[in-house]
Amino acid sequence: MSEVIIETEGLTKRYGNFTAVESLDLRLEEGEVFGFLGPNGSGKSTTILMLLGLTEPTEGWARISGFDPTRNPLGVKRMIGYLPENVGFYNDLSGRENLQYTARLNEMPREESDQRIEDLMDQVELSAAKSQPVGQYSRGMRQRLGLADVLLKEPKLVILDDPTLGLDPAGVNWLLQLIQEMSKTEGITVFISSHRLHEVQRICNRVGIMSHGKMVLEGPVGELIDRQEEGYQLELEVSEVTPELVQALDGLPTVDRCVVLGNTITLSSKDQVRPIAMAAIQEHGVELLQMQSRDRSLEEIYLRYFQEG
Amino acid sequence: MGAIFWKEMADHFGRRRFIFLLALVLLAIIWALSVIFGTVQDAASSREEFLFLKVFSSNTDVLPSLLFFISFFGPLAGIILGFDSINSERTQGTLARVLSNPVHRDSVYNGKFLAGLATLAVIQVSTILGIVGATMASLGIVPDGEEIIRLVGFAIVSIAYLGLWLAVSMAASIFFRSTVVSAMVAIGLWLLSTFFLILVAGAIADFFVGEIVDQETAIEHFNMETWISRVSPSFLFSEAADTLLNPTVRTLGVFLQEQVPGLLSSPISAVQSLRLVWPHIVAMISAVVIFLAVSYTKFIREEIRS
Repeated sequence: MSEVIIETEGLTKRYGNFTAVESLDLRLEEGEVFGFLGPNGSGKSTTILMLLGLTEPTEGWARISGFDPTRNPLGVKRMIGYLPENVGFYNDLSGRENLQYTARLNEMPREESDQRIEDLMDQVELSAAKSQPVGQYSRGMRQRLGLADVLLKEPKLVILDDPTLGLDPAGVNWLLQLIQEMSKTEGITVFISSHRLHEVQRICNRVGIMSHGKMVLEGPVGELIDRQEEGYQLELEVSEVTPELVQALDGLPTVDRCVVLGNTITLSSKDQVRPIAMAAIQEHGVELLQMQSRDRSLEEIYLRYFQEG
Repeated sequence: MGAIFWKEMADHFGRRRFIFLLALVLLAIIWALSVIFGTVQDAASSREEFLFLKVFSSNTDVLPSLLFFISFFGPLAGIILGFDSINSERTQGTLARVLSNPVHRDSVYNGKFLAGLATLAVIQVSTILGIVGATMASLGIVPDGEEIIRLVGFAIVSIAYLGLWLAVSMAASIFFRSTVVSAMVAIGLWLLSTFFLILVAGAIADFFVGEIVDQETAIEHFNMETWISRVSPSFLFSEAADTLLNPTVRTLGVFLQEQVPGLLSSPISAVQSLRLVWPHIVAMISAVVIFLAVSYTKFIREEIRS
C-alpha cells in the first residue's frame, strides 16, 4: 500500500457563527491527482490554509505525511509546494531572483539551486524572461513562475489553489498538461482546487465536491457518474402532446420522471428507453420532431450543487 | 532567518526611499557645518573643551541643535523602514508564498526587524561619522578618548530610539492591512508623543500639584512633569543624549541653589554620564521589546490568506 500523504478527520473551521469548513474527512495517497472542486466560498481555500498550517482548525485534525501542520509547520512546509490563489512575487525582482529567494528560504545549496532554477525556467518556458522584473510579467507568466517556484523545493505534495484562474484556454491546457506530467514522471501527489470542473476533471484520478463547507460528493470521476440515481435523460420534441401519450411514456419501465414543457417531453430513467419511447409515440399517432439523448455528466452533478449554492 | 535578513537589507538599500534617508544624512552634515561655523568655531578659538560634543548639542542663532534634528527626523527614518513591512507583503500576495516555505513566522518578523535596525544603524553611524569628519576637516582637531566613548554611547542611544520607531511602525503594519493607515497611525503616535504629550505634561502637573507656592511644590511639579514627559520617547532620547553629550550635566533631577556651592565645577567622566542615562537606554529597549512582543502575538496565530 502506498503512503498516505494527506489525512484529515473532522476538520472544521468556524469564523464566529459562520462555518467555513465542516467536519471534513480527506485521504490522499501518494501519486494521486485530486481535484478539490466547489464554487467560490465553499471552503476550499480555508481547507488548504489548514493543511498548510496558515490557519488553525477549530476542530478536528490534519496530517501531512504524518506531520501535524499546527504543531510542526516546518516539517509540513518542507514537503509541500503551495501555489496560492493570486500568487504574489516581488515585482521589482526578476523571475530568477524571486526563485533564488525561495531557494534560500529552503536552505538549498547555491550551485545546486541555481542549476535547478535554470532548468525549471526552461521547463515553464520562461527562459527568455528570467531576468525581467516580475512586474512586467503577464498573468500567465506569473502563474508559470508560480509553478516553477512550487517545484523548486522538490516537493512530495503540490497544492494548487485555483491555478487556472485568469488564464486563456491555451494557457489552461498547457498548465494542466504540465501538472499531469510532473505527477507522472516524478510521482508527486497533486491537490488541485478549482471552481471550474471541466478544466481539471480530465487530469484528476479522483475529485471531491465542496458545497457550503461540506464535501458532498467524493470519488473517481467515472464512479461518481454511475452513482447518480438518474442514469439517462431523453428529450423528445413532438408535434402534439396528448395526456394519453404522457401517461404511456410515464408508464414505461424504469422511467421515474416525465416532465412536459411545451412540446418537449423529458424522460429520466435508469435504463436506456429510447426504442420503446419511440414505439410508444408512433402508437399514439404523434409525429416525433426531434430527439436528444444525454448522459448525466459530472458537469451536471456539479451544477446541481452549484445551483444550491 | 538569514535569507530574509539579507533580502530585506538589499531591499532597504535598493529602494527609492533610501535616497530620502541619504538626504537626511547629508542634511545633518550640512546642519553640522553651519553649527560649526556659527557657534563652535568661536568656542574653539576660546580653547573650550569637548568641541566634538558641542557640534551636536549647540544651536546657532538660526538653527536648533543637531540633537533636535535627530530627535525630530530620526523617528521618520524608523517609520519609513517599517510601516509597510508586513502589510505590503500581504497585499502583494508574497506573504502566503513565503510562509509556505519552511520558515517560522517569527523569523520573517525578526529578519525584517533586524534588517531595518541594521539599516538604521548604518544611517545613524554614518551621520555621526560624517559630522565628526566635518568637524575634523573644518577645525583641524581630533576627538579624544573621552569624546569617543561619549559619541559611541550617543550612537547606541540614538539607534535604540530609531529602533523603537521601527518597532512601532512594524506593529502598525501588522495591525493595519492598508499601508496608508499604518503609516498614518505610526506618524500619529509620533506626533502625539513628541509634541502633544510634552505639552500636556505641564498641564497635568498643574492639575495634580496645583499652584507653585513654595520650593516643595515647585520640585513636586517639576518631577511630575518630567516623569510624564518621559513616557515620550523623544523626551527620553533628548534627555539621555543631552546628558551624554554634555559632561557638565551631573543630575537629571532638581538641584537646589544651596547645593550648588558643594558641587565640583569640573565635568563628570563619560562612564558616570553613561550610568546616569542607563535607565533611559533600558527603558527604550524595553519599549522595543514590548512592541515586538505585541506584534509577535498578533502575527503568530493569524490567518494568512492571499
